[in-house]
Order: sequence, then C-alpha cells, then structure tokens
Amino acid sequence: MTTPPATRRKLRLPLHWLGILPFVLFAMLFLILPTMKIVIGAFQTPSGEFTFQNILDLNTDSIRSAYWTSIKLSLWTALIGCVMGFAMAAAMILGGLPKSVRSPLLTFSGVASNFAGVPLAFAFIATLGPAGLITLYLRTEFGINLRAMGFNILSFWGLVITYLFFQIPLMILIITPAIDGLKREWREAATVLGATSAQYWRMVALPILFPSLLGTFALLFANAFGAVATAYALTGPQLNIVPIKLFAQIRGDVLGNPNLGYALAFGMIVITGIANFIYITLRARSERWLK
Amino acid sequence: MMTRIAAWGAIILGVLYFLLPLVGMTEFSLKMRRGVYSFDAYAKVLGDPQFQQTFGYSVLMALATIVFGVLLVVPTAYWVRLKLPAARPFIEFITLLPLVIPAIVIVFGYIRLYNTSSWLPMTGSITGTNILLMMGYATLALPYMYRSVDTGLRTLDIATLTEAAQSLGAGWITILARIIMPNVLVAVLSGAFLTFAIVIGEFTMAALLDRPAFGPYMQILGANRAYEPPALAVIAFAITWACMGLIQLVTRLSKHSRALQGMEH
Amino acid sequence: MAYLDITHLEKSFGPNRVVKDFNLGIEKGEFISLLGPSGCGKTTVLRMVAGFETPSSGNILIEGQDILGIPPARRKIGMVFQSYALFPNLTVAQNVAFGLKVAGVGREQSDARVAEMLGIIGLPDLGQRYPFQLSGGQQQRVALARALAIQPRVLLLDEPLSALDAKIRVSLRNEIREIQQRLGITTIFVTHDQEEALSMSDRIVVMHEGIAEQVGSPFEIYNQPSTRFVANFVGTLNVFEGVVVDANKGTVRVGESDLQLKHNLAGMSAASPVSLALRPEVLSLTPESRKDADISGKIVDLNFLGSVIWIKVEIGKSTILIDMFNSPNTKPPAIGDKVKLHFASSDILVLND
Repeated sequence: MTTPPATRRKLRLPLHWLGILPFVLFAMLFLILPTMKIVIGAFQTPSGEFTFQNILDLNTDSIRSAYWTSIKLSLWTALIGCVMGFAMAAAMILGGLPKSVRSPLLTFSGVASNFAGVPLAFAFIATLGPAGLITLYLRTEFGINLRAMGFNILSFWGLVITYLFFQIPLMILIITPAIDGLKREWREAATVLGATSAQYWRMVALPILFPSLLGTFALLFANAFGAVATAYALTGPQLNIVPIKLFAQIRGDVLGNPNLGYALAFGMIVITGIANFIYITLRARSERWLK
Repeated sequence: MMTRIAAWGAIILGVLYFLLPLVGMTEFSLKMRRGVYSFDAYAKVLGDPQFQQTFGYSVLMALATIVFGVLLVVPTAYWVRLKLPAARPFIEFITLLPLVIPAIVIVFGYIRLYNTSSWLPMTGSITGTNILLMMGYATLALPYMYRSVDTGLRTLDIATLTEAAQSLGAGWITILARIIMPNVLVAVLSGAFLTFAIVIGEFTMAALLDRPAFGPYMQILGANRAYEPPALAVIAFAITWACMGLIQLVTRLSKHSRALQGMEH
Repeated sequence: MAYLDITHLEKSFGPNRVVKDFNLGIEKGEFISLLGPSGCGKTTVLRMVAGFETPSSGNILIEGQDILGIPPARRKIGMVFQSYALFPNLTVAQNVAFGLKVAGVGREQSDARVAEMLGIIGLPDLGQRYPFQLSGGQQQRVALARALAIQPRVLLLDEPLSALDAKIRVSLRNEIREIQQRLGITTIFVTHDQEEALSMSDRIVVMHEGIAEQVGSPFEIYNQPSTRFVANFVGTLNVFEGVVVDANKGTVRVGESDLQLKHNLAGMSAASPVSLALRPEVLSLTPESRKDADISGKIVDLNFLGSVIWIKVEIGKSTILIDMFNSPNTKPPAIGDKVKLHFASSDILVLND
C-alpha cells in the first residue's frame, strides 16, 4: 500500500481505516453480533415480534432463586476475596516482610487466578470431599467428622470456598499497584502531624484506596457471576445458579421456551455489565488521585 | 512488631489455603493403588486414547488460536498506534468486552447466530464448528493478547521505525514481519503462553459446541472416575504453571538482553 | 543550653556509617541549613530529628527534653517533604486542618487556624480545592501551612524546593524565610543548593560523608572555608600549591613569589607543601591599592556574559578562573594576552584537607 498522490486526497481517509477492517470484522462477527443476537432475542417472540414477555417469564420461583443464589455466591466470594486478597497484598507490601515474599506471591497469584474451571473442582474434591485429604486428616487425627457436622463440598459454601482460589489472587494482582501507589510520605506526614496508625488508615489510606477496593469488588462480583466450568464440575445441576441454568437451557431447552434462554442470558449481561461499569469508572477516578 | 506478626499471619493463612488443595489433589492422585502411593492414575490417564485425542485437539486449537490471534492483533495494534490514534478508545473498549460478557453468553450467541438455518451456517459442519470454537477462544484471549502487544509496542518508536523502513523501500508486510514482530516478540510470547493456558483448560465453549476438547473430557472423567480426575488436575495445574513461568522467563530474558545491548555501547 | 541540642549523633545502616559523630546546637528561632551533596547524611540527620530513623547512638534534646524516647507522632514537629505529600483525598483546608483534627481541636478553633494559615501563605481562597488542582508551588505552600498549623516546636524541611521550577524556587524560598522569621519558628532546612542555603540561613552546616565539615554563618562559610571540601562545594575555587617558608610568620612561596598570609601556619614545618586557594572575585587584571601580590599568566578562554566576564588564565601548569565586571568604556582583554593577576595576599585561603 503506498500513499496515494495529493490529487486523490479525498480517498486518503477511508484507506487508513481499512487497516483495522480485519479486526472490526472479527469483533463484529464473533463478539458484537452474537451478543446483540442475545440482547435482541430476549425481547422477541419465536416468530420475531417485539415483546417483554420473555423478561416477565423470568419471574418464576426457579429462575428467581437461580438469580438470587448467583448474586449471593458472587457477593460472598467477592467480599471474602476482597478482604483476604487485600490483607495478603497489604501484608506483602506494608507488613515489614522480607522483599523476597513479593515476587513468588505475585507469580503464584498469576497462576492461581488462571487455574479455574474443571481441574480446580477436582482439587477441592480431593481435599475437602468425602474422601479428601483434609476430611480424612481431621477425622483420624482430631476425630472431627465434617460430614456429620453438615459440611459438604458439593454445596453453596463448598463452591464459595472453591471460587476463592481464583478470586483472592485476582484481588491481589489488581490491588497491589494501588497499595504500591500509597506514598511513604503520606504516612510520614500523617505521623508527624500526630496521627496514630488507625487514624492514618481511617482518614488517608482507606479513603484513597476506596475507589480501587470498591471497583475490584465489582470486578470480582462479575467474575464469579459469569463463571460456569467450576460450578458445573463441582456442584453440577445440584446448585441452582444462573450459569448452570443457562447451560442446561442451551444444551436441551429444559425451560420449554427457547426465548427464555435469551432472557436468562440477557439478565446475566445486564448484571455483569453494571458491575464492570462500576469497576471501570471507579478505577478511572482512583487513577486521577494517585497521579 | 504487631504489624509484622499480623502480616505474617495473613500470608501464612493464605499460603495454607492455596497449598492444601494442591497437596490434596496431588496426594489423591497417587492413591490409585490400594495402600501404596503410585503413579497408576497417571499411567491410566496418559494411556487413555481419549486423553490423547482430546489433549491433542486442545493443543492444536491453542496453537491455531495463537497464530490467528497474533496475525489479527499485531497488525491492528500497530496500525492503530501509527495511523489511527482516534480509534484507540473504541478498539480498547472492544478488547475489554470479552471480560464483561460471560463466555457462556458469547457461545450461546454463536449457536443461535451461526446454526444450520442461518446466513453463515458454521455449526453445520465439523470444520465450521472447529473454526467457530477457535474464534471463540480468540475472543476469550483477545483482552490479554491485545494488552500485551499494545504494551510492547508502546516501548518502541514505531513511527520512526516505519519511516526508516519505508525509506529503505520496505512494504507493509515486510515492516510488520521483519521489524515490528521481532521487537514485540516478548509481548507476543507472553500473550501466546497466556492464550495457551486459557484454551487448554476451557470448558464452556467446547462443551456447548460439542467438540472433543480437553475441558469436556476432564469433566466427563470427573463424573465417572475417582483417581484419574485429580491426576488430570495436577497435569492441568502443571501446564498453567509452566505457561506463567515461561512468560516470566521470556520477560526476564528480554530485560537481560536489553541491558546487555545497552552495555555494549 | 541550646533550644535543640544534637550531640554525638551516629547512624549506621549495616556496615555503612551514614552519620558520624554529628553535633549541633540550635537556638530558638534560628534558621539552620544542612547543606551537602547527595549521600552526605543530611536527610538522615533530619529524619532522626523527626523520628523516622532511630540513631545508632547519640542524643537529641529539645528544650532540655530527650526526644528520642518519644514516637514521631508526639514530638510536635512540623515537616515539609520534597514531594509535598499532600493527602489527595482531602481539600486544601482539610489538609491544613489535619493535625488539628487528629489532636481533637474543635471545629470553630480549627477553622479559624486554617483561615489564618491560608492567609499567611497567601492562598486564602483556595481552601476548597483539591491538591491535584494546584500547581507545585501552591502545593508546597499548603504543605507548609499544614506543618505550621499545629504550632510545632521545630520545623523540618527536606529539600522542599528541589521539585519546583527555578523561578518559583527563588520566590518561594524568600516567602519561606519571611514566614519563618515572622513566626520565629526554629527551622532545619536540608538542601544541596548552596544558593538556597546562603540566602536563607542564619547558620549553615556543610556536610560531607556523614560529618559536619563546618558550621557557620553564610559569610563565614563562603569567605572562611575551613576545609578543601567546603571551599570547593560552596562557590568556585582556584586551587594552587605552595611551599611553607616560615610557619610562624605565615609566609609561603608560590612559584617565584613569596606571599604573606593573613594567619600563621601553626603546626606546619618549613618546606612542607600547602594547598592554597583564591576565589575568582578576589583576582583582578588591574592593580588596586590593597592588592599587594600578583602572578603572571596567559588568557586561554574568555566568556562575555553581559555584566560579568569569566576569564580563564593559565599560570604555569594550573588554570585560574577570574571574574571581571564589564565596563562599557573598557574593552575586555583578548585570548592570548599576557596578564598579571593582582590580589591581596590576605585573601588567600589555606585549605586543611
């Protein structure tokens, strides 16, 4: 491609944009159009007319319960993930620990945040399942019978514990730059002005970190809400959450109404979309402060 | 000091939480032969023709996705930086979409949009479905691949490099292949390893498109067998770890060689 | 007893002795500069006074009270940082009020003090702005107001002007000095910029490799440097070698001339080598009444800077720099001219290494 001569100036603009045509084509065909198909389909009858009925049909006990369970699952894993992840990141950066702790922790977080899905479920079944390592250890060494106490890895809380394996590292990876951004001089200035450690955290550090914390919470929420594989492999059809319901619907129209699947998926997009929007706006806000 | 004790506490608690499942799955995977630790589960798995087929399939898909992704992303990121800075926010927004829209929704859209009665019946044939799956994988990997390559390009003065190459008579393909690619190789490799890790373990898209990939194979085995699944989990974890480790290695090597280059002057 | 007394202060990081036997007594209301190159230990001394570093040994007393046992939060010391360190989530007014809020001061009293401080720094209307909306100079003034709001006993400034543009630096340093004198607050100012130290301080401590090389007024530091380092670091210096002729009378031989020094050379033996120095401004190309000595040389370089002319003269093997004022009616000399440099032998500095 050579630059056209000056007399053909009018054609220069379109030619430039041609360069990203492959990408735009790919995005349209395999990202945007499929998503639009779902969004539009949620408001269509099987014959193609516009309707709200699909959305209204979401209002069954089973589906409401699925959404509610998904929201609970996402809230809990995001909350615990945020708290534990923040604790570990803060410990690593501000806890006076040797510098050699940081690199392995960040590397491992990179690995763990990608180790989601089917194998993760297996790992937790092998550890906390009926014949799991810890289950047996507690029974033989301490006489504690988890099963009798009502604990079952193949349950809501079992899934929460399993999800944390990739939620906590994700929190660590995202919040570490934000904590790094806390200038040492802020702490020192606050100290010299008479502040205790608690006062510094309450009046300076946590307010500065708040947008990042809240934003990452939203991200973790969205991450959990959309996850399928781990739940499928661990609790399968036993736990009624939206991704599992949608999976079953896609596989075999278990809901008896093909367009209801669209509505289910649409609901997912709305929830993860809002959560991600919150994350992105808050991250932009915090970047302005930590200039 | 109090802070240090609390800090060590948090770290140790976390390490315990992460270590125990890994130990658990490894230990369990060695217990196939009654009463003694053995690699029987691994032998069974690795000898299983299903394993070989599905693992091979996923590896092939991963490589195809990587090649496609590189060919798509590198020229695009380069072109946007060079000629279309106005398009940047728009392109970046697109690359963030796969992180917002769950994979299950995307593949649902594929199935409805490209089924046998549509204008592009990709699901009508095996090859078509394979290509569709690969596009799905490329979509999942897009945010990471684009961000990696874009960061790599940022450190280069591509405008000057391009002008210099053009003044020497190079065409666009030569520029991309001979000048841009080698300089962003580290970024591309990082994106490639990450893509590999994502594709190998992927379940949702492969299962719903009914393709014989490693993810669905693992899940089926998990529903039917006891000791092979943890062995598979160990293998999967090892692969993930290897990918991340290779990314670190490649990054460190590039810094090292860049430092050496600096010293030669 | 001085208001702030530092005695035998030492600090080592592992095997590195960063501060070595540092002693300084500061009077109430004095402005002291710690001047030196990076790594000389000046910031470490400051941070030990603030309480962020613990001395390896030594004492720091304020009004006779040992402050080393007191944590930094309770020493009632104000500190201004090079990077301003304003809290980005608080407004200007909230930043200035921070120390008061922490101490539990009531709303009315706190607001009044904040208004007073903002008035002192000349930014009475910027209370509701956030730090990222201010320029560097404004941020530093707010940082100063914040430090002074708690009425500290001592004010510490850690290279506060280094991050600012040259012009702002000059105007702000005058402001800081003015405010300091108005409030009469005891101040320690750390800098590597000799101009700042000379123009602002009551006394300067020149530091080098952890040691206080000289303590004195700006005039003393500049005109009577006691070591080669001080003479070199503060102002420009022409160094040349001589040989002792008579130690008791204070005469030396330089080249072929015998020169009479201002002081005798107690403790030195005849015919031993001695390092001497002359500031560029004490040398002139024309003879003057009090200038009783001269040396001959050749001009090798000349820089016409407007009101001042820098001239490089080669004398034997050394090169001497001299300053000459421009005179509209006199043509400056040319490169290659043979000249005589006149000076008063009492202006010769003896360098004790």
